[in-house]
Amino acid sequence: MKRVLLWVPLGAFALLFAVVASGLFRPSDHLVHSQMVGKALPQFTLPKMVPDAPGLASTTFTDGKPRLLNVFASWCIPCMAESPNLMALKQHGVEIDAVAVRDTPRNVEDFLKRFGNPYARIGDDRQSAVQLALGSSGVPETYVIDGHGRIVEQHIGDVRAEDVPALLAALKKAGG
Amino acid sequence: MKRAAALALLVVAAPAVADTPLPPAALADTQLPDPHQEAEARALMETLRCVVCQGQSIAQSDADMAGQMRAMVRQRIAAGEKPREIRKWLIDRYGDYVSYDPPWSAVTAPLWLMPLALLIIGAWIARASFKRRKRGQG
Repeated sequence: MKRVLLWVPLGAFALLFAVVASGLFRPSDHLVHSQMVGKALPQFTLPKMVPDAPGLASTTFTDGKPRLLNVFASWCIPCMAESPNLMALKQHGVEIDAVAVRDTPRNVEDFLKRFGNPYARIGDDRQSAVQLALGSSGVPETYVIDGHGRIVEQHIGDVRAEDVPALLAALKKAGG
Repeated sequence: MKRAAALALLVVAAPAVADTPLPPAALADTQLPDPHQEAEARALMETLRCVVCQGQSIAQSDADMAGQMRAMVRQRIAAGEKPREIRKWLIDRYGDYVSYDPPWSAVTAPLWLMPLALLIIGAWIARASFKRRKRGQG
């Protein structure tokens, strides 16, 4: 009995060492991933944000065509950085709808004038209600929605040029 | 002279803000009229994590999103929803991570059982050492 007990502290140390070492080698992930991936898009209807783009309702996403849902804001700097890549996606024939979070029509109009408008529809989410319902923890975030209103993927942070092929592939997969 | 001019320019420079120009929602920083409901909402807010700042509860955080979450909690409590339901709604969207009150599961079981196990081990060690001392005295 005593012989066995003698090894307990060393065993405990080895366990602690293993826990700490595995923590060191695993890349840390501080992103808050939405639990809505794989589930149906929450029901919502948002009024239009700017005069020349219609508002956005969840029913739009059930017309059979996979598309992107971009959560953005004119006051968000990474959103400015990702806009050329959203324009590139649009040129590939991707339909992108947007939820503008905590924004004003004038600021969004200025933003679109300055960086181009990749969006087919823009909903005004003044109180972040839709953002919270999506499980989104910041701007920008981009969701891939299949043609039946189901969220199939979440991209957290700005869409970079190297993310464009992956998003195109995800859309293609969602449609097929 | 050039330096002075550059410094003078700093005075008129517009800061680049990466935050919303909109004021926080009405209920973000205003208590509910019913003190019982407000106490319920407050208790819930203290156990919900701000997903932007991550180390603070939404009751403590000044982040805009935490304000929006506080407003949502107050609205729902005022509408008669139970705190348990609101917590579940958020967990369904952000995962267990959003709650500071970890639910019982295989992953969290050690967290709840560890204090009990440590107490038992402590009692066992204490008993053994008290016994030894008695024998030494006798």
